[in-house]
Amino acid sequence: MESITPQLYALLVFMIVGSVIAIETRNLLSAVISVSAVGFALSVAFLFLGAPDIAITQLVVEVLVLIILIRGTILIDNTAIETHRDTLAVVSSLIFFGLLLGFGAMIFASEGFPEFGEPLMRVSKVYVQTGLPATYAANIVTAVILDFRAYDTLGEATVLFASILGALALLRRDGKVSRREVATA
Amino acid sequence: MKGMTLIVRTITDFVVGFIVVFGTYIVLYGHLTPGGGFAGGVIIACAFILLLLAHGKEVAFSKLGENTAHFLDSAGALVFLLLGWVGMSAGWFFMNTLPRGEQFSLFSSGMILPANIAIAFKVGSSLFLAFSALAIFRRRSFRAVIEEELT
Repeated sequence: MESITPQLYALLVFMIVGSVIAIETRNLLSAVISVSAVGFALSVAFLFLGAPDIAITQLVVEVLVLIILIRGTILIDNTAIETHRDTLAVVSSLIFFGLLLGFGAMIFASEGFPEFGEPLMRVSKVYVQTGLPATYAANIVTAVILDFRAYDTLGEATVLFASILGALALLRRDGKVSRREVATA
Repeated sequence: MKGMTLIVRTITDFVVGFIVVFGTYIVLYGHLTPGGGFAGGVIIACAFILLLLAHGKEVAFSKLGENTAHFLDSAGALVFLLLGWVGMSAGWFFMNTLPRGEQFSLFSSGMILPANIAIAFKVGSSLFLAFSALAIFRRRSFRAVIEEELT
């Protein structure tokens, strides 16, 4: 775990810079591409951390989301953002970051936090030890998400189902009546 | 929407089959190698989205129609729920009751393989539907829709 930490810090700095560019840029297309760059860096970070399952899923979903978002942004004619940010948002986000850093420093100073790369293994020890004999699935991630925690996966599938249903209901053309037609009827 | 140029369409015809085969591999071997139903389903959906982008709506919908995609979306979710109830009949919700088979072989680990396939159908067809909804939406320009809503 010691040897890969510099690479992880480099990826972390790249992701933070990408996020700041995505927030600060005035062009909507540049913001979308910056967000995707952050996502791709995150999938490389998952590979360094030894999680190829998550890396594959992150990479594939990132490609799909990039295509969908680019299509969504080029639908709009004017992609430049011209409104300025109000001061309340800046002040509240500064307060939030101050609280986050303060509490983080308190937690790390109290030594109640496990070292990086040495997580608490209370529940996951059972999964790792009994995963293969109990489920016969060589991939421990699949054993966890489809056997030990299949109920979570059902919830995730339900969320995706409901969101696609809502998107299709909002974007449909059949049976949609414009406000003008309602007013004249 | 019209299709793209001849170069893009030729390469797409060449590549789409390989993408679908790779996605199927990721789904079927999800319990042995990295991957699984979600990632494989998204890869298969990306193949159909590539068809939709390169060839236009008509070709993509002739391969995977909208009603078929709706059916597969709902059927995948229902089959996954059904697997949970199969476990319920033997003990608890999502209990792995199907025969385990031999370790490290394709047909092993009981309920996990059918659950992966169900999730792949569900995720793939629903993401294809989300993208095709955007493609259909594009028939009218965005500005026309906004102006119609505002007046």
